[in-house]
Amino acid sequence: MSRNLLPVLTICAGLILLWYGGAIWMNWQVVADTQARAGATPGLMDMVRLTLNHARPLLPAPHQILDELWRSTATLPVTSRRSLVHHAWVTLSAALVGFGMGTAVGVLLAVAVVHIRALERSLMPWIVASQAVPVLALAPIVIVALGAMGLEGLLPKAIIAAYLCFFPIAIGMVKGLRAPDAMARDLMRTWSATPAQMFWKLRLPASLPFLFAGLKVAMAAAVVGAIVAELPAGAQAGLGARLLAGSYFGQTIQIWAALVAAAILSATLVGALGAAERAVARRMGMRA
Amino acid sequence: MTALLALAVIASFGALTVAAHAGAAGALFWTSVIAATGLAAWLVQRLGDAPERGLPSLGAPLVFGAALLALWEVLVVGLSVPMVLLPAPSAIALRMASAGPLLWQDFTQTFLKAVLAGYAIGCGAGFMLALVADRVPFLRRGLLPLGHLVAALPVVGIAPIMVMWFGFDWPSKAAVVVAMTFFPMLVNTVAGLAAAGALERDLMRSYAASPGQTLWLLKLPAALPFIFTALKVNAPLALIGAIVAEFFGSPTYGMGFRITTEAAKLALDLVWAEIIVAAVAGSAFYGLVALAERAATFWHPSVRS
Repeated sequence: MSRNLLPVLTICAGLILLWYGGAIWMNWQVVADTQARAGATPGLMDMVRLTLNHARPLLPAPHQILDELWRSTATLPVTSRRSLVHHAWVTLSAALVGFGMGTAVGVLLAVAVVHIRALERSLMPWIVASQAVPVLALAPIVIVALGAMGLEGLLPKAIIAAYLCFFPIAIGMVKGLRAPDAMARDLMRTWSATPAQMFWKLRLPASLPFLFAGLKVAMAAAVVGAIVAELPAGAQAGLGARLLAGSYFGQTIQIWAALVAAAILSATLVGALGAAERAVARRMGMRA
Repeated sequence: MTALLALAVIASFGALTVAAHAGAAGALFWTSVIAATGLAAWLVQRLGDAPERGLPSLGAPLVFGAALLALWEVLVVGLSVPMVLLPAPSAIALRMASAGPLLWQDFTQTFLKAVLAGYAIGCGAGFMLALVADRVPFLRRGLLPLGHLVAALPVVGIAPIMVMWFGFDWPSKAAVVVAMTFFPMLVNTVAGLAAAGALERDLMRSYAASPGQTLWLLKLPAALPFIFTALKVNAPLALIGAIVAEFFGSPTYGMGFRITTEAAKLALDLVWAEIIVAAVAGSAFYGLVALAERAATFWHPSVRS
């Protein structure tokens, strides 16, 4: 990791430089027009300063986004409707509930598929085919249908997140539960292990690395699902609603701040799962 | 025996569908529905347990799907479920037939323009940068962790920004697709180009092969399975990206636009028709890439077996 630190930092620094250059270039025209209308002829340095601090830039500079992030998280009370913490929590709760439901469904499906032969042949192709449906496109339908049944708020979003989640978990878990080879299974049989013991002591531990790989993919998918589910309903709160409101009112900095918040949220959740995976592996005596 | 059972299932569901549409929904009707479902489950069970002989392995999922569709039709019509919750398959099929030109216009806008253009540019750019990164280790070591990080991020969120930059028409959707497909391609291609063994590379060096020859004759063929993995992962991603990007603003046509506006108008049969078009297009796209993979990597163990 430390071997990669210097190259990664170099590339990040390069990207930030590019970003500042891009901000100057993309906002130049807007600033030049306003200045010309005001009859001012600013010098080069003034122009650069103005392009990097425009209120509604085409591309906000990184410091403007950080500033907005700080303002909308630290300086506002958490309960405020303009607080990004509030919006992030709305999205996070939907994503986590959906992730929980998706994990439960995915694991149960995988256990069923591994143990019932007919299910594997008939159900498995449909689990795969269910992913051919662009799930996020279903979001408006789910919202409308559940809304007609009187369900609103967190649950419809969680269901969409769960639909996105269950597939990587089910696929990974099936693979994992099948991971013990014939030799290990035969050994269990010579010890006259019951099917339940076979499951709890052999198949389940063997499936954990595959499960975690699926969980990490699913977690990222759950966040995307929760965000996108907020779009069609015209939700009042949540990071997706922030994105949509920002795009309606041309609040570029607000869009970018919501985007960065979503990125931080997603990366933290996936990182936490990675840490859990390492802790579990250590407890089980696996050295990666 | 299996054929007889299949005939019974088809006949019973056919009769039930007719009865449901005629308005029969008494106790006898529901008992028959349960009986027919049982028959179908038995058939699936039989097909699933049958020894693999090519056809049955396709038979079980097909029967399962068809039975599910028939049950959906019978239940929705029999229980007179409101259209808002779930339209019957027959209603969706009728709508698909009557709204053909509209669906085609949306398909052209979203799939033929935004998805294909974005997919080609995104995959192409990711591939090119991977070629450069393969030659410059410093760049590779810096880019790979970032590429893996991006996989954990909700990239589709850049849609409102792209709409602001590139306007409402398809280029902004293509830009979102580019951003979504770029990193999987980059990460996979870099991994693929490193897949050729040290032994083979030394052999190429002992033949005094130029870097270009090594790339063309050794590294690229070895990287093909990885590249196709990225192409397959990107196919559904591209479709989703284009549809979701349309939620943020689009001209008055396009699949994502149609889905949101018609869902708001509660015209759910049209929404479902659009979803089916998207599902079929997505599957066909994926299938074509998978076919190309089989043709291009016929030598790989995963294809040969």
